[in-house]
Amino acid sequence: MRGSTPRNVAAGLAAVAIVAAAAGCGDNKDGGSGDSAKTADGAISMHGVQPQNPLIPGMTTETGGGKIIDYMFSGLMRYPAGGGNPEKLAAESMETTDSKVYKIKLKSGMKFHDGTPVNAKSFVDAWNWAAYSPNGAPNGTFFNEIDGYKDVHGEDPDGEGPKKAPTPTAKEMKGLKVVDDLNFEVTLSAPFSIWPTKTGYAAFMPLPESFFKDTAAFGKKPVGNGPVSFVSWQDNVEVKLTRFADYSLDDKVKVKDVTVKLYQQDSAAYADLQAGNLDFMEQVPISALAGQKWKSDLPDRAIETNIPTNGIIAFPLYDKRFQNADLRKAVSLAIDRQLISDKIFFGSRPPADSWANPSTPGNPSASCSVCKYDTAEAKKLLEKAGGFSDEMVFYYNADSSHKEWMEAVANSVRDGLGIKARAEGVPTFAVFRQMIDERKMKGPYRAAWQQDYPDVENWVGPLYVTGGSSNDGDYSNKQVDALYKEGTSAKDLEGAHAKFAEALKIVDADVPSVPVYVYKSQAGFGTRLANVKVDHVGELDISAVELK
Amino acid sequence: MGRYVLRRLLQLIPVFVGTTFLIYWLVWAVPGDPFAGKCGERRCPDAYIDKMTELYSLDQPLPVQYFKYMSNLLQGDFGTTFGGQDVGALIAAAYPNTAKLAVVALLVEALIGLTAGVLSGLRRNGFLDNLVLVSTLFLLALPTFVTGFLLQWFLGVKLGVIRPTVSAEANFSELIVPGFVLGSISLAYVARLARTSIAENRRSDYVRTAIAKGLPMRRVVGIHLLRNSLIPVVTYLGTDLGALMGGAIVTEGIFQINGIGRTAYRAIVTKEGGTVVSVVVILVLVYLFMNLLIDLLYAALDPRIRYE
Amino acid sequence: MSDPGENVEAAVRPGVAPGGLHTAETPVPAPATGKPRGQFADVWAELRRKPMFWISAFLILVFLVMAAFPSLFTSIDPDQGSLRDNLQGPSKDAWFGRDIQGRDIYARTIYGAQASIVVSVIATLGTVLIGGFIGVVSGYIGGWVDGLLSRIADVFFGLPFLLGALLILFTFNPPGSAPSKLKVEALVAVSLMVLSWPVSMRIMRSAVLSVKEADYIVAARALGASPFRIVLRHVIPNCLASMLVYSTILIGSFIGAEATLSYLGVGLKSPAMSWGIMINEAQQFLRDVPGWLFFPAAFLVTAVLAFVMLGESIREALDPKLR
Repeated sequence: MRGSTPRNVAAGLAAVAIVAAAAGCGDNKDGGSGDSAKTADGAISMHGVQPQNPLIPGMTTETGGGKIIDYMFSGLMRYPAGGGNPEKLAAESMETTDSKVYKIKLKSGMKFHDGTPVNAKSFVDAWNWAAYSPNGAPNGTFFNEIDGYKDVHGEDPDGEGPKKAPTPTAKEMKGLKVVDDLNFEVTLSAPFSIWPTKTGYAAFMPLPESFFKDTAAFGKKPVGNGPVSFVSWQDNVEVKLTRFADYSLDDKVKVKDVTVKLYQQDSAAYADLQAGNLDFMEQVPISALAGQKWKSDLPDRAIETNIPTNGIIAFPLYDKRFQNADLRKAVSLAIDRQLISDKIFFGSRPPADSWANPSTPGNPSASCSVCKYDTAEAKKLLEKAGGFSDEMVFYYNADSSHKEWMEAVANSVRDGLGIKARAEGVPTFAVFRQMIDERKMKGPYRAAWQQDYPDVENWVGPLYVTGGSSNDGDYSNKQVDALYKEGTSAKDLEGAHAKFAEALKIVDADVPSVPVYVYKSQAGFGTRLANVKVDHVGELDISAVELK
Repeated sequence: MGRYVLRRLLQLIPVFVGTTFLIYWLVWAVPGDPFAGKCGERRCPDAYIDKMTELYSLDQPLPVQYFKYMSNLLQGDFGTTFGGQDVGALIAAAYPNTAKLAVVALLVEALIGLTAGVLSGLRRNGFLDNLVLVSTLFLLALPTFVTGFLLQWFLGVKLGVIRPTVSAEANFSELIVPGFVLGSISLAYVARLARTSIAENRRSDYVRTAIAKGLPMRRVVGIHLLRNSLIPVVTYLGTDLGALMGGAIVTEGIFQINGIGRTAYRAIVTKEGGTVVSVVVILVLVYLFMNLLIDLLYAALDPRIRYE
Repeated sequence: MSDPGENVEAAVRPGVAPGGLHTAETPVPAPATGKPRGQFADVWAELRRKPMFWISAFLILVFLVMAAFPSLFTSIDPDQGSLRDNLQGPSKDAWFGRDIQGRDIYARTIYGAQASIVVSVIATLGTVLIGGFIGVVSGYIGGWVDGLLSRIADVFFGLPFLLGALLILFTFNPPGSAPSKLKVEALVAVSLMVLSWPVSMRIMRSAVLSVKEADYIVAARALGASPFRIVLRHVIPNCLASMLVYSTILIGSFIGAEATLSYLGVGLKSPAMSWGIMINEAQQFLRDVPGWLFFPAAFLVTAVLAFVMLGESIREALDPKLR
């Protein structure tokens, strides 16, 4: 989601983003241990891009600002590096008996960077602000399970264009109740067992009182409750952060200052990294991946990590020509994923074989039966579907590096099915996204899904349930909807995961979109750093890093 | 003279309005929602789009929007980006770097271009002349992004003699290589212009007289020939400075210089219409005044020119 | 800059054209008096002796043939390739190596000539014809028409070139409409034209101004020749020389401008092939297959060089002072 947002601009490897969990670090070389005295007054720099939105948790939707928000705020939950279930961070406990009412107790003694206390009200007010639609927070929809959400969030009835969304009837969600300073209660409109996992996402961060007095000023000079506090933001140049002395949770940072340098071209950042002007880059450019050169450019300073993101080809199911499941299966079977992974991505993105990301808790492994390469079967299915006489155009946004793999997919389909096919770039992600929103895609198009939180639910609900927030092909199957509902109201995670797996089996028969590859991040760091670890999405773990 | 300047200034007004309106129309009248891509792989909440549309008056007819924008601008308010940054501050931070880069590029052009041009103009059709011609034309033909990328990689990463990117302070010493990359395009013109001008004047009567008088060659060239031949070169350099002040999208991008070209490019790509318009407004103003200055300078250098 | 002319503005602003590639001084050679045919014969005699002219003319001929009949140079399909063989260096089968899709770089470079040359030639023709026409009208009629047209030209001239082209292409590159190759090429050409016509308009206008009051024009007018005839028979032939020089240089700059726009991702795009697109695709892999960037860049540089050199030699031949 934040995933493939305009991270692009300078041409990045695309979409790597912020929130979620992932499993296992590949060849993790952390650069040895550091010098504690040097570390304590030391400063590090890392690659970043100019944030496009005010630095407010509810407003930040892209990687540029998301990275800074993630460092500056500590939420109820945290997603551990290396995957696995989320851990409590600001929450002391989170209890429920029916997956509908959650009783949350906060750790005591937490403070915002301006010295004011972090209490139950800081969370409840922040959530109400983001969900209240006239505030126009893009992340407002994350609160949709909470009871009373519909009363504070109006949506344009026809779902498009000029008509304005109705003004909501209430200002606060009735499902949120402050008990005392450290306790609050959340009531959902229906049982939802995955909900606690969601609260580690950026949209759920607490906000200090100063925010509500002047939101515009806050967006330029945010006050958080995380291990580092905000110092300055020089547009297109750098964002400076510094260690927060009164931080009470256990993920304190060891270095003193952290500078996020804002780059426009990742080749420039990579040149700086090699020349020692930059300490950390979360994703080296493609030019360095080709021929595995980054590993020789950065001897013992290269880290590869799994990222909970899948590269997908989606079908416009609203287009008559793509309504036959056999045709879609044929396309999927004609994509030589292994070859594309080897030749286009130089092995940096392995082929996908399941409907969710392999690292996601609850993912049924090897669940995608059409993810293999089988042109004989593909041709048979194509014939069964009655062939495809037009030219099949695969669309991608040209402002990020998707051209190479999309052209390879189009060529693979062209040769595998013996039909006319080509790939075409749409100039920007904004235009691309608009074509999707207006349901005007005329052929299969690229998509990427990065889980918001580590659970297979996030790979079913938003993508394949009728009306799901990113179900852009308008896929609808009553059985999937029913199984999803049963899953979310299941008593425990295991029961839920079983239902989601069943739903994915039906998806596997319908093939509304096809997984193509799985993301990994390839980070590099400079010679000054020690104990370098990356977090669940491949960003630098600033709590661990030390200086030599 | 005063009347001429006044007339020119008055002429600037319709040009300024025309250019800015054209840009405003290009930026905002585009079919397409600037906020569509702001929420990643999902559709943005309507409330967000409504709020932004209203904030930027995008629901109003274009002339009304333009008028609103211009009246704010006249009060010194450049507006804000979608991210809430003050566009005026953004430009104020970027412009000095662009100006510095332009000056360095101009110096490169003037020093190398003039030297090469004068030398080849004095010995026309010799080996040196042809060498200058081919090498400057080669630099001209080579796209900036190739020159920039190669120099960055070779000098910055491979040899490590320069910083591969320019720091936030953008010191002059860091700007030499980017300045060369940027200036290399015009090098050919400066050299050709100087060469032609020298060659033409070489045969003029006053040079012949000076030589006949028995003045030493160095004096003939240095005092008589050069001074008179420089006029077209200086005017060209002036015009070029005007163009360089417009920012160098490619060079600034490669060397990570926080300049106006990079700011504008980023704004175009992210559909930050307000920023684009504001940057262009500044550039047009600078450009128009530069041209006025050049015309005046030209007249000052060449007394044969009189204003109507 | 032999003739500063009566109007400072017209004479001063030289051929500042394609942005990053602000082009040349536009030479406004001394208005040649006398019969045009005689002048051209002189020029031809002068040109014939110049090796630079012959080299550049030959190169241009080769590129034109390459653009018109690419299959004369290669029998390989530039669109076909096997992913298995991608990113290979030069070999016997693929002289320049293979790109990331496994396609033959030599064949793509040859086929790429077409788009690069067609776009720049169309854009130059458009710029010269439209700008020239407006320049003649403006210069010949004068008065308020001249004032108005000159201000309009100023408006377009005031747009920074690369920024303007970026904006136009971002705005009008029709997304999702499966743009045909021709349409995209036309769009790029038009955006180059829109931003460059004021230069040719100025050249023409000042040329017209400088000959308008010449004796032979006054005489023709006194004989009752229609303005149309005067312009066509007397004014235009006298300005042709400067326009010709300007056009050759402009073609060169446009080839480079097209490459820069493709580099920035708004120019031509695949499935169209051009040198600019190839250079753009190749830059990521410069360290693996340098030939992918090097060969189209070499063709690009040679083509630009050929056109600029042609312009230079014509200009020298035209300028009596330099003979």
